[in-house]
Amino acid sequence: MAKEFIKGNDAIVKAALLAGCESFYGYPITPASEIAHAAAKYFPRVGRTFLQAESEIGSIQMVYGAAAAGERTMTASSGPGMSLKQEGLSYLAGSELPCVVVDIMRGGPGLGNIAPEQSDYFQAVKGGGHGNYKLIVLAPNSAQEMCDLTIRAFELADRYRNPALILADGYIGQMMEPVEFPPPVKGLPAKPWALRGEKISDANLINSIFLDPDELESHNRHLQAKYALIAEREVMVEEYHTGDADFVLVGYGIVSRILRSVVERGRADGHRLGLLRPITLCPYPSVRVAELAGRVKGFLVCELSNGQMVEDIRLAVEGRVPVHFYGRMGGNVPTVEEIYAVVKGQLSVTATA
Amino acid sequence: MAKKILERPKGFYAEFERKPGDKGATHYCPGCGHGNIHKLIAEAIEDLELQDRMIMVSPVGCSVFVYYYFATGNIQVAHGRAPAVATALKRANPHAIVVCYQGDGDLAAIGGNEILQAANRGEHLTVFFVNNAIYGMTGGQLAPTSLPGMKTTTTPYGRDIHNEGPPMKMAEFLANLEGPTYIERTALWDNKAISNTRRAIRNALRCQMEGRGFSMVEILSACPSGWKVDPAHQSEWMKENMGPFFPLGITKDLREQREPWFREKIAVEDEALLAALDLALAEPKRLPSALRDPRYANPSIKLAGFGGQGILSAGAMIANAGMEQGFHTSWIPSYGPEMRGGTAYCFVCINAEPIGSPTVTHPDVLMAFNRPSLEKFAADLHPGALLMYDSTIIDVPPKRGDIEALAVPATQMAEDLGNTRMANTIMVGAYLAKSGILSLAAMEQTLPLALKRKNLIEANAKALGVGFAFAKDR
Ligand code: SF4
Repeated sequence: MAKEFIKGNDAIVKAALLAGCESFYGYPITPASEIAHAAAKYFPRVGRTFLQAESEIGSIQMVYGAAAAGERTMTASSGPGMSLKQEGLSYLAGSELPCVVVDIMRGGPGLGNIAPEQSDYFQAVKGGGHGNYKLIVLAPNSAQEMCDLTIRAFELADRYRNPALILADGYIGQMMEPVEFPPPVKGLPAKPWALRGEKISDANLINSIFLDPDELESHNRHLQAKYALIAEREVMVEEYHTGDADFVLVGYGIVSRILRSVVERGRADGHRLGLLRPITLCPYPSVRVAELAGRVKGFLVCELSNGQMVEDIRLAVEGRVPVHFYGRMGGNVPTVEEIYAVVKGQLSVTATA
Repeated sequence: MAKKILERPKGFYAEFERKPGDKGATHYCPGCGHGNIHKLIAEAIEDLELQDRMIMVSPVGCSVFVYYYFATGNIQVAHGRAPAVATALKRANPHAIVVCYQGDGDLAAIGGNEILQAANRGEHLTVFFVNNAIYGMTGGQLAPTSLPGMKTTTTPYGRDIHNEGPPMKMAEFLANLEGPTYIERTALWDNKAISNTRRAIRNALRCQMEGRGFSMVEILSACPSGWKVDPAHQSEWMKENMGPFFPLGITKDLREQREPWFREKIAVEDEALLAALDLALAEPKRLPSALRDPRYANPSIKLAGFGGQGILSAGAMIANAGMEQGFHTSWIPSYGPEMRGGTAYCFVCINAEPIGSPTVTHPDVLMAFNRPSLEKFAADLHPGALLMYDSTIIDVPPKRGDIEALAVPATQMAEDLGNTRMANTIMVGAYLAKSGILSLAAMEQTLPLALKRKNLIEANAKALGVGFAFAKDR
């Protein structure tokens, strides 16, 4: 198929169009603006909608409108913008509308900086806005996955009528790698619930208000059952040398690439290291983590944050083996040597224990 | 019951089937203006035959349940966001008639920017803006349109213009924008005002039907509960108190001037889609390597120099050729905190195996294009690594004896070619010859992918050859 050496951010846009995305509603914010630039270039070329909204709030609400009309639709942003989008995401989840949102994470809190962090993890995987809801969260670690997971995100969003989030960092967005693009997606799902402005959709209502407590509770139970089903069916994880590993490194996004090199370095020195990379952050591969916890000596979770995903590992491990954490913040990305030094330190502790 | 059904205009539910509880009565208070406005809209829907084309956008506030009453497609939206949601609904369904029904808190306070921007974009929407000078459903609080001195639950001593400012006149305010086509303010306080409102509602809908752009009717409407006024006297109260502040009439009307315009959606065939995305279907050609030394296999390469020396595009040339030859490749510019200081650099990895970290602390190859880069990064090279440097610019040879150094007078050679900006490409050509990992043919083939300016392809191909010839026996 068509292969191109391309930036992750650009790959997202081309993949979206191949996936049949009909509209992009953006608002500029570094380091996600490149996605809007590429969308502004390519969407109109093929008769699809690109509009720069008045605000992050406006853009996610436009996505709400386009999704209600049955379009495959998307937006992209970064930390401060994602905070503003939470209102809309809650409505999208509450009204069960599918869409794709891209968060190219930057440093925070507040204005922070534009360098890569992974500090939006909590916001992304624990809901983020008000109410009992979850997003489907996918974490690419290469330009190829920026393409593949964008297409997957549209499929999952439609299948479960739920917003899907691509959680990446500026590193993955900026990096150029070869990407093999699949052919244009055929046979988009029918959406009989959508608002078409036609007789067939006169009775359709997109809504998240349920005044009656019992009705709202049952709506919530329905949502929870859906999330449980997604967790049962859609978990994606990549493993590297976990088969005989006695110490497992865990990371997602750019960190997982660095950890892969750490595993290679460690293996060359005779340490049985493995790598577990969650590709879906929500649903989380907790079952797999729990299995590994039954036979490895320990975990080291690395993040570009104060330690957010590590909580999910600890929940899954349930105290059976030590779970260590190493994080960098502010946009500093650790080197292979830096993490390997931490790993060796932990290995010697584990050995003495 | 049957009689009641016959009386209801089309577009209005005969029974409010979306409403829980009593399906015959509305949820509004006695004397509330919303019921009247709904009826006027429903009649217009019937007369203009809009039922099967309409998408109604329900706001937050007392009219949150607009969808109970209208037998049309309906969406309930967040407070103030109706114009943004409607913008996308209309673009997705250009033939639909999209109507926002908004109250004063919704439109003039929390949704101030959404209405302003949608109006200015001239979105083909119709907004019915119900101004009753108060927040109804949330409990009678101050609205942007509350009158001076008006007592509300959040202005228990009356609206003080030094504290809350004066009321906002949205019909006038939005009329100042270039974008909207038709804006009028009407009222419901007597039969004449109501019949004017009926006319304005139809004007506004026709404006959208005829493709003439954004229309809004601001309707002064009663909220006897919020005002704490006896419904029997609400009309006089409204006329007396709101009338002087909110003059009725058209504030903007460009219906005659604006040419009808309709957005058209086009479908694009797969082939045209791929072409538009600059995606070619051809299989990449796999060309063999002719590695000169096993040490040069699977390199991690750092290219560094000043911004403007073509560092990033030199890296992209190598990476593109690497892909063409079937290697795993990655390219990443200096990013984040590394951007500090005067050097621009990028990392390129070419590997037979999947690439882990796209940056490494101790690279296998450094191409230094200026002295600060050489001084900063030469120390990072591992023993036995390859250092290539532009010896026209860097006149001090590297100090390390444990690495392989190759001086390339790239800038001088570029000058001889007539363009000093080709130094980067000459260096790349020299690297090709030195390592043998990539073929000159693969590089020439992928040059157009790496270069932004297509008129430079030929000159760069020549520079590649010059660099290649320089290093092929060194
Ligand atoms: S509170 Fe006011 S606006 Fe709301 S339903 Fe009652 S009268 Fe109407």
